Amino acid sequence: MSDSTAVAHGAAESAHHEHPPYQRHHFETVAQQFDATNFAMWLFLLTEVMFFGGLFTAYLIMRNWYYPAFVEGSHQLNVGWGTANTGVLILSSFTMAMGVWSAEVRRKGLLVLFLCITWILGMAFLGIKSIEYTEKWEKHHVPGIHWSESSFLNPRSDPEVYKEYHDKPLAPDMADKTEMYFFLYFAMTGMHALHMIVGISILTFMIIRAQAGAYTTGHVTYVENFGLYWHFVDIIWIFLFPLLYLISRY
Amino acid sequence: MSDAVTIVNLPDQSTARIPKMNYLSKENGLLSWLLTGDHKRIATLYLISITFFFFIGGALAGLIRLELLTPQSDLVATDTYNKLFSMHGIIMVFFFLVPSVPATIGNFVIPMMVGARDLALPKVNLLSWYLYIVAGGMMIYTMAAGGVDTGWTFTTPLSTHYVNTHVITTGLAVFVAGFSSIFTGLNFIVTIHKMRAPGMTWFRLPLFVWSHYAASILMVLGTPVLAITLVLIVLERTIGIGVFDPAKGGDPLLFQHLFWFYSHPAVYIMILPGMGVISEVVSTFSRKRVFGYTAVAFSSVAIAVFGFFVWAHHMFIMGISNYAALIFSLLTMLVAVPSAIKIFNWAFTLYKGSITFETPMLYAFGFMGLFTIGGMTGVFLGATGTDIHLTETYFIVAHFHFVMVGGMLMAFLSGIHFWWPKWTGRMYPEKISQLAAVVTFIGFNLTFFPQFILGTLGMPRRYASYPPEFQILNVFSTAGASVLGVGYLLPVLYLTWSLKYGAIAGNNPWQATGLEWQVQSPPLTENFPEIPIVDHEAYDYEWLERQREKEVASVG
Repeated sequence: MSDSTAVAHGAAESAHHEHPPYQRHHFETVAQQFDATNFAMWLFLLTEVMFFGGLFTAYLIMRNWYYPAFVEGSHQLNVGWGTANTGVLILSSFTMAMGVWSAEVRRKGLLVLFLCITWILGMAFLGIKSIEYTEKWEKHHVPGIHWSESSFLNPRSDPEVYKEYHDKPLAPDMADKTEMYFFLYFAMTGMHALHMIVGISILTFMIIRAQAGAYTTGHVTYVENFGLYWHFVDIIWIFLFPLLYLISRY
Repeated sequence: MSDAVTIVNLPDQSTARIPKMNYLSKENGLLSWLLTGDHKRIATLYLISITFFFFIGGALAGLIRLELLTPQSDLVATDTYNKLFSMHGIIMVFFFLVPSVPATIGNFVIPMMVGARDLALPKVNLLSWYLYIVAGGMMIYTMAAGGVDTGWTFTTPLSTHYVNTHVITTGLAVFVAGFSSIFTGLNFIVTIHKMRAPGMTWFRLPLFVWSHYAASILMVLGTPVLAITLVLIVLERTIGIGVFDPAKGGDPLLFQHLFWFYSHPAVYIMILPGMGVISEVVSTFSRKRVFGYTAVAFSSVAIAVFGFFVWAHHMFIMGISNYAALIFSLLTMLVAVPSAIKIFNWAFTLYKGSITFETPMLYAFGFMGLFTIGGMTGVFLGATGTDIHLTETYFIVAHFHFVMVGGMLMAFLSGIHFWWPKWTGRMYPEKISQLAAVVTFIGFNLTFFPQFILGTLGMPRRYASYPPEFQILNVFSTAGASVLGVGYLLPVLYLTWSLKYGAIAGNNPWQATGLEWQVQSPPLTENFPEIPIVDHEAYDYEWLERQREKEVASVG
């Protein structure tokens, strides 16, 4: 029996029914391939949730301990830019979803267009983020290397922010803790921006492949899974925005 | 035809030949290995790599034991000693135990067990090996550059402020190794969910698959938390981010929580796949279905779930609240239940079985005894009262070596011998390997049992010197380590020998019922000429016995 199965192998192989070129040999059907890779992507996003979860835990604890410092720290962020960036990302998620749809209906031109818009919006997000980072640098709010507590010990020294919030001076030991707020601000938004950079790099590669017609043959798994990643990075920001920018506004 | 595939086949071993077409002979050359997507080849690459790191870690252990032969610190300087035990721990945990069974044996047999041609994501599987190699390279670089002396736990603020060794490269190496483990786990979960052959229901899966499923959940959910923790450590050392630094308002205890949130489940990542091996081996060599299949299957999942809620028992003396200690102590006791379910069920599987004592079975017996002792002493440590006396002593060292070495390493060796015929198409030499199993068992007990006594007497871990009255037990331990070393060297020698000179194994040398035994040895690259249709339970040895009775009757 066993030997005959081994010998029968060659015949069985040639009898294999035809399948589309994008079906990998170890899958029985295209549906199975799609199911498996899609499920894998969701699992990967789950690991990403756990990855960011560590940072969110640290944030939760520190915010409870040093609430006044976190409030005054958040007043230093520019809510306008933050809101703009939230809008940019939500819009980019929409264009990404439209991109997936274009791939499904096999419209190459439309797919390339939507991927390009998504790419531009992603870059716009990073651009705005870099404006914000520059502002932090200028105001000596980069913890560790370029840090000064003067805006928290003496809020009046920062007239623009003072005009808006009328913050009271923090006690020196609490003012120290604003540095922790900015540690977490940079760690969390930095990790998020890193994910954006990875996403944009993959997107660049995808635009080139899409132009060559790779995703409009009925094989949308790649586009769809990338879409999931993009939405995930978007959702992380949706959490980061209120946690970092809107602390005192509920 | 497809029905025929599911029937257990018992070909005559004496006339068996190595099939001309198999996964080893299909392609030749270095590139065909380095760019392979075949799970069996990747498993082989992993086997070679982890064996390499096992012997590095083992050599470090040997140096530790030699140093501890005498009460004074004389073989190495005390800070070198710190580096020795740190690197021994890091290499053994992250570069041997975590990938040991899953990435080698699991990688090799899981697709065959579920009736698939490969893991769901072959490229990700290969990527996982490359990440392991990159991480391993970084680890070797770290060792060559002078090592690290934080202990494998990277305890803050020691690791971030007070040591002047290579914490950053080590941290990044473990970070990368972590992603290798995440990808292995992710691949297993997807494969087990989506790649099962027709008729292969969840409760027809071999228990090996169940235990890997549970371990994979831990890998996927736990490892990212370790990754972010290590990122924060590296950031604290490089740019002075202060999340764990009390001087800046950070909390070193937060590090402990995050670290053990991974590293306690990691203990189960290290033991669950081993338990899977034991289920297969015990069932095969007692010719019986595993007693209480469903209970054993669910106990794996229960260990995975409970495993996430016990981490703070590593922190009883670190200043967590009494109430937290109470709750975590209780939860720790609960984890003992599913582990005990497994041990009892294996014992009941043996009851009235037709037991034979091939090498894998000897190792499995070793596992059952040593893991039970390791697990029971874990209860001592889970009880807050005794823990305060025993923690940070050699009792801890003995406890986790009983579980990790006596448990997982025994299971790994058991599995390697069990599936060696499938892997290479050749048998290992039975007599000498039985000897190796016995030598390992004796050496192990001689090495680690005295450490329980040393621990209760109060000898602290992680010191290069100790009071002279502890010497006699330490001499026993070092002597045992030498025996253990021989026990581990033997398999490398005779298994390598068997690659060329071993007897031809044939398809099913153990007359086992698992799907992986129904295909040729070594298997074809695509495992099955045709995807099997499964219509029988796992471990159907009673059915097999009846079949043979009928055969005898018809011939007679």
